[in-house]
Amino acid sequence: MSEGQIQSDLVERLLDGQHRALARVITKIENRSPGYRDLVSALHEHTGDASIIGVTGSPGAGKSTLVDKLAREYRDRGLTVGVIAVDPSSPYSGGAVLGDRIRMASTLGDMDVFFRSMSARGQLGGLATATADAIRALDAFGKDRIIVETVGAGQNEVDIVKTADTVAVLVQPGSGDDVQMLKAGILEIGDVFVVNKADMEGAQRTVSELEEMIHLRQSDTERLAAGPEGHDVGHGEEVADHHGHGHDDHAGHGHDDHAGHGHDDHAGHGHDDHAGHGHDGESEGHSDDDAADPETWRPQVVETVATSGQGVDDLVDTFERHREFLVSSGRRAERERSRYAEEVRRLFEADISDLVETELDRLGGVDDFAAAIQRRETDPYTVADEVLDPVVDCLEARHDGETR
Amino acid sequence: MSAESEQRPIRCLVAKVGLDGHDRGAHVISRAFRDAGFEVIYSGLHRAPDEIVQAAVQEDVDVLGISILSGAHNTLVPKVIEGLKEYGAFEDTLVIVGGIVPDDDKAELKELGVAQVFGPGTSMQETIDFVRENAPRHR
Repeated sequence: MSEGQIQSDLVERLLDGQHRALARVITKIENRSPGYRDLVSALHEHTGDASIIGVTGSPGAGKSTLVDKLAREYRDRGLTVGVIAVDPSSPYSGGAVLGDRIRMASTLGDMDVFFRSMSARGQLGGLATATADAIRALDAFGKDRIIVETVGAGQNEVDIVKTADTVAVLVQPGSGDDVQMLKAGILEIGDVFVVNKADMEGAQRTVSELEEMIHLRQSDTERLAAGPEGHDVGHGEEVADHHGHGHDDHAGHGHDDHAGHGHDDHAGHGHDDHAGHGHDGESEGHSDDDAADPETWRPQVVETVATSGQGVDDLVDTFERHREFLVSSGRRAERERSRYAEEVRRLFEADISDLVETELDRLGGVDDFAAAIQRRETDPYTVADEVLDPVVDCLEARHDGETR
Repeated sequence: MSAESEQRPIRCLVAKVGLDGHDRGAHVISRAFRDAGFEVIYSGLHRAPDEIVQAAVQEDVDVLGISILSGAHNTLVPKVIEGLKEYGAFEDTLVIVGGIVPDDDKAELKELGVAQVFGPGTSMQETIDFVRENAPRHR
């Protein structure tokens, strides 16, 4: 069989539901084997049905254990599941021990849960691409839900979880510092926050800390989105007063209060009102508001105990609600498009960089250029121009051809 | 750039099958494999043969290392091999066994399709070299 035939045979067997073919396709994707691009291209038209859930969080937060229980819960609901667990590899040997599989105890022997470990293999930018392609393979295979699990530390991981429709961030109780750390990147992308090990001391505190942060985040977004005019609408005669106070409103709240507030609140209330509000009554009222507003998703905080499975059904319900929200609000399509845009950009970056790398080698290698720069015979910008000018010319020639 | 070999580490599943709680050896070999640049997936303890098969098939490993110290190798290993065959994964998986296996049984296991049986006292390097030389390189 020719290379091309092997590829199309593999695609056919994957679409036919053969596990071995799916496994082999992911291997090719992971290895960037010759022809893997054609494979992914052939699979793309068969994708789009799966819902992708990204699970991230600091090491030891219980991600793998929770993913195991999630898979179980989905299976109980009659859905098929794919899992991709990304683990770091050793920067020294390139080797890795991929340990997430050990926690997969609830669905062992159930082939309708396809679990695959992937290592970072030191290829930073490439991992997000490989993960997205592996998800595509699982999607084309017909998995209903695909869970991507990764340690939440750094841009690389953020890129990976961004390939998900729903992003769940795991937080351990009592990890005040962790919550602080989350502010710096992960918090912005979480759709659902999971306080795992909720039977531990300090769980409630962590829940309210998270609620507070979500509240602040949402009111920030709101403020940016609405602008001053937005505020005017709801305030009527209190306009002047409210503007005077501006956003100090937020600062005036007691900590505990935040947990109960829906973000819509601030726009609608006159300033004086705040003091008079009973806390309990408010939280009830606002959760209703949140549910009723189809245009915004307020990130949810869910408590689980992954080891016992407690709260996992709630979590899956929340994921499903988020999924419905994405569909009904049109965000799912929106997210998908922006994901593809990012993917295309990543591919361009990688391909152009490969192209330039090859060209540099042909021209004698980057070291020669560096030496020439060092001798002050040329400079970095001139070198960059020299190497890229033919590419620019070529693209411009194409453009000229079109306009004429 | 030797990208081809870098991007393609040997993938191994280190598996503990059956009622056998002795995993020190499996841990040590996992680390040695990792340090040799392999990607190692460890099954965890007390796995049933079909669970090992599931893992080997899904992870598309080049090498399946089964660690058995319970003496049940004659029961468990054939089940694993049968399962691999069922999923069309036997031909391109190097199956090796480590543990306490009497010489008579070794021959029998090899006949079944086990590439090598490593007993007590085998050096780490010997195992790593064997894997490097014999791991099937599927494209």
